[in-house]
Amino acid sequence: MSRVGWWRTGLVLSAVLLLEIATRRGWINPVSFIPPSKMANAAWGLLSSGQFSKDIGLTIAAAFIAAVMAVVFGFFGGLVLHRFPRVLRVVNPLLLSYYAVPIFVAYPMFIVLFGINRLPLIAIGFAFAIVAMAVNTLNGLQRVPRVLRRAARMSRMTAFDEMRLITIPSCLPYLFTGVKLVVVYAFIAVIGGEFVLSGEGIGYQIAFAYNNFDNQTMYGLMLLLLLFVGSLNLTLHVVEQRLYQRRVLREAS
Amino acid sequence: MNSGVERVRADAARAGETAHLSFSRVTRFYRSTSGKAPFHALGPVSFELSPGEFFSVVGPSGCGKSTLLDVAAGLSPPTEGEVRFEGGAVNGVVPDGVALVFQEDACFPWLNVHDNAAFAARHAGVAESEIRQRVEHALAFMGLTGFARSYPAQLSGGMRQRVCLARAMVLRPRLMLLDEPFGALDQQTRLLMGDEVLKLWRDTGSTVMLITHSIDEAVMLSDRIGIMSARPGVFIDIVSTGWKRDRDSTITSDSRFGALQSRIWTLLRGESLKALEQRP
Repeated sequence: MSRVGWWRTGLVLSAVLLLEIATRRGWINPVSFIPPSKMANAAWGLLSSGQFSKDIGLTIAAAFIAAVMAVVFGFFGGLVLHRFPRVLRVVNPLLLSYYAVPIFVAYPMFIVLFGINRLPLIAIGFAFAIVAMAVNTLNGLQRVPRVLRRAARMSRMTAFDEMRLITIPSCLPYLFTGVKLVVVYAFIAVIGGEFVLSGEGIGYQIAFAYNNFDNQTMYGLMLLLLLFVGSLNLTLHVVEQRLYQRRVLREAS
Repeated sequence: MNSGVERVRADAARAGETAHLSFSRVTRFYRSTSGKAPFHALGPVSFELSPGEFFSVVGPSGCGKSTLLDVAAGLSPPTEGEVRFEGGAVNGVVPDGVALVFQEDACFPWLNVHDNAAFAARHAGVAESEIRQRVEHALAFMGLTGFARSYPAQLSGGMRQRVCLARAMVLRPRLMLLDEPFGALDQQTRLLMGDEVLKLWRDTGSTVMLITHSIDEAVMLSDRIGIMSARPGVFIDIVSTGWKRDRDSTITSDSRFGALQSRIWTLLRGESLKALEQRP
């Protein structure tokens, strides 16, 4: 691990230790905020009992489907916008203001459209994430150096080969950023949706525990969720680093 | 004379051509997007390149030098006139046997040096075993053998440009077009890269057309130099240098070098002033 990495780890561990001391000593009310060690204990208990396995599975499945759909449709959306600059000029202000609109206000509409099941959650996850992918795809495509496109023309490439051999590899760092954002946004939207109006899933179970003053379960689930999404992002980050270590990091430095 | 030149000349002779590349009253206009009259970028331009010749084009900024190169490469069709390469018309389609080295860094950052050098030949369908041999030769020729597994981000600007030259070399082009390939490099590196290009030219026997702003570079490298007017660019003179084929950057100390520089600058000075006045 790098020196900065050690400092970062030390910072997180210090914050956890401080919370542990603060709650044990009563600086923070331990009833409303349980010590981190108890959270970890509760999380392990919930995981090993299998009590919430179904909810965890449902949340992950909904977020996964929403993320895959957002990546696929967002990528093709970005391609279309890049291919048709007039369309881009029309929709660009809408894209820029997209995240200014709280997407959760559309949740009742999704329920009307899809019924009370998991589909509205997938739809909200998809709707929340797709624009991040489309915008990053568009950014990547717009930044493919003109000279590389000219090099493709000198090689007499077909449009498909140019896309496969030049365009996508060139904008891959942007696509990867899009994928990382999609994963985060899909989880935020699905769990947020479960909080608002759902009878199952991690979000619902956290809200249920909160409403019933069951802090052990609430903090346990929150920690599990934090660890899962954190691990997922870390995995994506490691994959990205390995793929582009020589290219992106050295260029950035 | 080396075998490369003999090969190019023999190919040209078989095709019944004395000129390897010819421009016949070529003009290039660009459509205006704001309802104004079409933009006259080039011409009319007429000239011929002999097989194995090193020809440079110098001219003021914005005179249409790069447009000339694009038209020669088949990247841009002429509006009027005709361009022929090895007897065949070039009309907005890149002909077989032509390679272009750009001013900008055209290395693919996701490929290592070996794969960058092999890229164009792979796409051209050359057999992998043949590509391996050609790449090894090209990297050795360019002094890049030790960097075959390095990525472009790990190389200096001069080395990256050598990778691009190696990529062109691996293709074994019969016509090599160089669009200010050393424009972004410092003066000393440019001189050394000039030596590399001369070696490459002798090794491959290709016909070379170089676009450059630098009078020094043109005088050092070329058999003939075309001097262009301010936009729309036409040739105001074509000067023969009279250098022997086996030359390098040491000719910059030859007394004729200064005389040629001076002659070209005398021709160019008025055009450069006109070009300055044309700037918006």
